[in-house]
Amino acid sequence: MTLAELAANLAKILPLVVVILWACVLLLVDLFVPKERKAWTAILAAVGMIVALGLSITQTGMNSEAFGGMIVVDGFAQFLTILVLGSGLVAVMLSYDYLTRLDIQRGEYYVLLMFSISGMILMALAADLIVIFLALELLSIPLYVLAGFARPQPASEEAAIKYFLLGAFASGFVVYGVAIVFGASGQTGLNNIFQGIQGGSVDLALLAVGAALILVGLGFKVAAVPFHMWTPDVYEGAPSSVTAFMAVGAKIGGFAALLRIFVSSFGVLAVDFTAVLWGLAVLTIILGNVVAIAQKNIKRMLAYSSIAQAGFILMALVPYGQEDVIGDAVAAALFYLLAYAFMNFAAWAVVITLEKAEGKGLAIEDYAGMGRKYPILAAIMTIAMLSFTGVPPTLGFVGKFYLFRAVIDGGFVGLALIGVLTSLVSAYYYLRVVVNMYMRPGEPVVQRDNWVYLTAAVAGIGIIVLGIFSLPLLTWAAKATMSAFS
Amino acid sequence: MNFLDFLLNPLNLVTFFPLVGVLVILFINRENSNAIRWIALIASTLTFGISLWMLVLFNPADPDLQMVVNIPWIQVAGWEISYFLGIDGLSILLVLLTTFLTPISILSTWTAVEERVKEFMLFFLLLEVGMVGVFLSLDLFLFYIFWEFTLVPMYFLIGIWGGPNRVYAAIKFFLYTMAGSILMLLAILWLGISQGTFSVPEIIAAGVIPGDIQLWLFLAFAAAFAIKVPMWPLHSWLPDAHVEAPTAGSVILAGVLLKMGTYGFLRFNLSMFPEASVRLAPWIAVLAVIGIIYGAMVSYAQKDVKKLVAYSSVSHLGFVMLGLFAINLQGIEGGILQMINHGISTGALFLVVGMIYERRHTRDMDSFGGLWKVMPVYAVLTLIVTLSSMGLPGLNGFVGEFTILLGAFGSKVLNTPWFAALAAIGIILAAVYLLYMFQKLFLGPVDKEENRVLMDMNLREIVTLVPLLIFIFWIGLYPSPFFNLMEASVAKLVENIQVAAMAGLP
Repeated sequence: MTLAELAANLAKILPLVVVILWACVLLLVDLFVPKERKAWTAILAAVGMIVALGLSITQTGMNSEAFGGMIVVDGFAQFLTILVLGSGLVAVMLSYDYLTRLDIQRGEYYVLLMFSISGMILMALAADLIVIFLALELLSIPLYVLAGFARPQPASEEAAIKYFLLGAFASGFVVYGVAIVFGASGQTGLNNIFQGIQGGSVDLALLAVGAALILVGLGFKVAAVPFHMWTPDVYEGAPSSVTAFMAVGAKIGGFAALLRIFVSSFGVLAVDFTAVLWGLAVLTIILGNVVAIAQKNIKRMLAYSSIAQAGFILMALVPYGQEDVIGDAVAAALFYLLAYAFMNFAAWAVVITLEKAEGKGLAIEDYAGMGRKYPILAAIMTIAMLSFTGVPPTLGFVGKFYLFRAVIDGGFVGLALIGVLTSLVSAYYYLRVVVNMYMRPGEPVVQRDNWVYLTAAVAGIGIIVLGIFSLPLLTWAAKATMSAFS
Repeated sequence: MNFLDFLLNPLNLVTFFPLVGVLVILFINRENSNAIRWIALIASTLTFGISLWMLVLFNPADPDLQMVVNIPWIQVAGWEISYFLGIDGLSILLVLLTTFLTPISILSTWTAVEERVKEFMLFFLLLEVGMVGVFLSLDLFLFYIFWEFTLVPMYFLIGIWGGPNRVYAAIKFFLYTMAGSILMLLAILWLGISQGTFSVPEIIAAGVIPGDIQLWLFLAFAAAFAIKVPMWPLHSWLPDAHVEAPTAGSVILAGVLLKMGTYGFLRFNLSMFPEASVRLAPWIAVLAVIGIIYGAMVSYAQKDVKKLVAYSSVSHLGFVMLGLFAINLQGIEGGILQMINHGISTGALFLVVGMIYERRHTRDMDSFGGLWKVMPVYAVLTLIVTLSSMGLPGLNGFVGEFTILLGAFGSKVLNTPWFAALAAIGIILAAVYLLYMFQKLFLGPVDKEENRVLMDMNLREIVTLVPLLIFIFWIGLYPSPFFNLMEASVAKLVENIQVAAMAGLP
């Protein structure tokens, strides 16, 4: 590869390059930022992500390969890149005051955040199993560290070690799966594998084993049942700003890979894997929604809720072998990820305002009296909860509508039925937060934090407004899918 | 359609005008309760005014949809969702009922709701938007949004301002109703995919849904509507919700929200699934008659006045269902009129119960007696309302029930006079429990010390009730204007069902 070729290739992935380089430079710059002025690091990190976001938007309509097909720059990648960078920005907004309050304000935080984001972006761009594995590690390792960022608090340390051990285990599955797929096909490029299958040169039984192992590993990342064990503890123990980011970011990463791999290469395995994915999705939504009912801590409740939401997104993968449905299904998954980001950040922003040092203010009972004392925050939390439940007119409703539509279109009426019934179950625990806020007396005290307020307000208004005027987002998701999988 | 036309379309205005009130209230200090009450009252009264304007524009001779707004909303990747509003003879009376009962309910809360007035009025006006939207929307997606959205404000109204057991009642209400609607959601999705559109008139016009699939779709829609009505045996949320809800909430719940269920059967089940409707009509009629008699008997067993009125709704709405599923002109017309009657009479009964509860803070019938001597005006007005609910000739209830019985009696679909005969027993039972209630409250000696000092109705309370009384007499004595409004549309519906059902029969 000549220098000019290298430059051309790098230009195609410029947003990613910017994030990585910026993070490296920030690591150095941060050494010279005094401890009481860490706001500078936060702002610089945000600026870096805004620059990358701008560059990513300029790539609209681009559809090309880089690095010999190991990377594709298409609408799908762009959609997820923008979503990841947006989430990263929100994470910075949620973090700054919160970290100061918990007395864990350290510059590495923002650098780690940016590294993790670069992993997620790489995951969206990856079209080769090796790159996917690389991206997976790049997104995960900083997250392990971030989960333990509130050290020496035991809960945070526990979260980090648990996340690390199980995450490393999961990575092992992925890399073994990649090896077996390579063994079966002699290829690691997704497109090459597909063509190998078309040409009949691939051992399908071996390929299925590899695919299963990859599914297990990525299932860990998106918190699909039965690979979800780490989720409640990590979500609870990690600092809330990290959890808020991780819930969206890790899901985006995991689903980006799952969708890309299965849809573009493993269509031939659909006969077997549709049933497997069906089972995974059903288990995930049922367990997530049912166990969430028993939770008393809001972070744990949101953890199980995020498991359930992952289950809903998994539903979109079930009909992945049907060519006439899969476009809609992937678009629905993308749209749901976006909707999930909005509701997730709205809810976590409110959680962060109420959280006090040493894990106080996190019981669902602590929300009693919010409706009277802080009507706007309570309204935002209510909107988030209703959106999670899927009550119109919210983004969550449109998301579920789109998902169930794809699922029914694929002929899985039973799956859709389970989906709506578990939504009903979920109404019970989401409403419990609302009941506490509006129907029980209490004197909660929230932390004044303008950036968190802003996040909550934007997310809350977005859920309603974008829920009513969802056409542009739906079009975007549909176009993104078309450009990648047509 | 340019923007101004869109904005000034009567249907858009009547649906969304309450939002103006919402916006204004948002900017008023919560301490200023009176201003908030007035704004809510004015906003809802203006909405009623707009609905009267809509009535003036309405042409009763035209059986089709009028004042239609139909613009593409979400059209991407095989979705054909429109923002589609329209009105015809099936819905116009219900829209008027909604806009009419809302200001009355708001007026009834003047002294009853002292706490968190701001939120109360916000939720109330939002609820009105949802209810009117349900009656006007003709796109299934849009309809579902309004339908499900009404749950949220009502949930808060019960849960925040309700009685001692309000949280339980509110959650039960929410979950019960949602359980039905999610099945409907699946049916809507299925229809949208198979028909390529969510527009109700287009689906009806296409008319290609095979018979056995119609049956499933009918049942899925019926699940949502039957819970809302509520039909026996799905009624168990109703007494809880009613007893715990604040008075204004009960009025709207009984007056309008339940009608969303019966209207749903009319607009969606009967219109979109004619074959299934004809096949299942006898079964629905069986449940309706059971509801009529069961509701009446359980009413008689109550000690709490509000619970008595609540169970009477189960009985009265049984009549509506029987009328609708007689599937002939009289039956359906009677059914629609009875929806209005029930809204007025039961609404009035809940108001009356609310007034006495505000004075005595109990609804136990044993704590009263001889109120006629203490509160004569109240007693007379209550008597009229009670008689109207009983179906006394000359008052509104009679016209509706009589027409329904005629319809059921001559129904080819039900094909037996027994349904009408059994339902007639319900009328007698209604007289029993309602007169029993009246006697317990008003007749006999004043044997409780607290009851001697009760104030009679004040002007505001009389103003709240009088509009309802006017309609009680008007519909009772001269119902033809009301029938005229719906006649053309109902005739068209019945004809469509007959044609479709004939075609579907082997």
